Amino acid sequence: MTETPFTEAERDAYIAAASALLALPVDPTWKPAIGANLTVLRAAAELVASFPLPEEVEAAPIFTA
Amino acid sequence: MTDPTPDPSMMSAAAIAAAFREGRLGARTVVAATLERIGRVDPAVNAFTDVLAERALARAHTLDAARARGEPLGPLAGVPFAAKNLVDIAGLPTRAGAKINRERAPAERDGAVVRRMEAAGAILVGALNMGEYAYDFTGENIHDGPTRNPHDLGHMAGGSSGGSGAAVGAGLVPIALGSDTNGSIRVPAAFCGCFGLKPTYGRLTRAGSFPFVGSLDHLGPLARSVADLALAYDAMQGLDPDDPVAAEGPPEPVLPRLEDGIEGYRIAVAGGYFARGGDPEAFEAVERVARGLGCTRRVEIAEAARARAAAYLITAAEGAALHLDRLRTRAADFDPAVRDRLIAGAMIPAPWIDRAQRFRRWYRTAFLDLFGEVDAILAPTAPCRAPKGGQTHFVLDGVTLPVRANVGVFTQPISFIGLPVVAVPVRVDAGLPLGVQVIAAPWREEVALRIARRLERDGIVDATPAVL
Repeated sequence: MTETPFTEAERDAYIAAASALLALPVDPTWKPAIGANLTVLRAAAELVASFPLPEEVEAAPIFTA
Repeated sequence: MTDPTPDPSMMSAAAIAAAFREGRLGARTVVAATLERIGRVDPAVNAFTDVLAERALARAHTLDAARARGEPLGPLAGVPFAAKNLVDIAGLPTRAGAKINRERAPAERDGAVVRRMEAAGAILVGALNMGEYAYDFTGENIHDGPTRNPHDLGHMAGGSSGGSGAAVGAGLVPIALGSDTNGSIRVPAAFCGCFGLKPTYGRLTRAGSFPFVGSLDHLGPLARSVADLALAYDAMQGLDPDDPVAAEGPPEPVLPRLEDGIEGYRIAVAGGYFARGGDPEAFEAVERVARGLGCTRRVEIAEAARARAAAYLITAAEGAALHLDRLRTRAADFDPAVRDRLIAGAMIPAPWIDRAQRFRRWYRTAFLDLFGEVDAILAPTAPCRAPKGGQTHFVLDGVTLPVRANVGVFTQPISFIGLPVVAVPVRVDAGLPLGVQVIAAPWREEVALRIARRLERDGIVDATPAVL
């Protein structure tokens, strides 16, 4: 799997925009750690997205035997 | 009656309950001995955040009086237990490991699982330390201090139910209650050398407990014997309209069938993803259990790495949504490591989560197909023994990884679809304990518990408490 490039500048810009959108203040000193977490989450999302999931599969967290 | 002074660290819940029923032991004697041991040992272990001496002694007095009057006694009568501090305890703010939650109003009544344990005669003696808001695999709480591994105080207890694992592993209580979203019962059970049961999602009510990730949260017991695990599990089963996902069927007690053996059970070891990415001892523990069961079969759990990734995403997003207002107004009062993970989780684009939830359906269908071939699957609980206290990174299979996010690599793909698991404690040498997951089909806790009981009977697993 190859990850789509996501530069540090793009990451910081995304954090700033999402912070405004969510009305969620972010101290500048937290950005590196938040960015590192976003990078890990993005890699996880790309791993999940790379699976050829049939379009008709719906979410249904029901657990019966 | 003259009670011999019991050593509660050596007694199982079943033995205490039997001694109490038969008049050989008073509940006050048991509670006093328990409180004495907690007072002596816990300053080093730091498993407890609240010791409820007055409440426990009063309840013991009530039980002693009930016995004296010849009243019926529950299956856990006289047995001390403690609960992770995300379960409501009347009179205490439900802390959930957080500084912020200490400002909550005291709970008006106990959480449902505590009420059910006490309805069976058990005696709550305290609340247990945990990772902040349960977003943790270390058991290291920045506000209450780290819970230390009772088998080596220089090592982690595991998390997030670190106090639960350590309290049982240190012989402070025979039964502790914990919660498991991605492995938070199973990991401390492995690190602290005790048994842990993460039941099927929905099996045990979560009413009156502080949530983390609604679609993944489970409550369950930890104990030093399988019978004690079953006693607690049976006591906590039952309908509960206060938990929207609580099971609708009748309770299915396991204890009466615990000794029925495992003849006919088809058991396999999980290969592929579950056979790499850990220390050799983690896999040696699985092989030891497999040999003990005469199990030579291997199965492949398809797409486990993606399942773990999807669980990771859903956890971050749902956890962040739960805490969003607190992140807006009280960010400085979070553990910074938890805060930064949650803020990142709040920023996850919606399509990532939709995809993860839809993948969850596919994975569930594929996994459940395996239970047409086998009844139980064995896998490591954690990829390593307990890391050292404060350790931030470890090397697994030659790759350096952050501890906090990676201890659950083998537990997350299982809880992701709510499967029941008994985590069994294994010693492969004189070093710290290891754990093996015995995984069963949904609603088949009995299968995993009967296998765990067989392993216990044959001496393959070892939950001997730490000498402290």
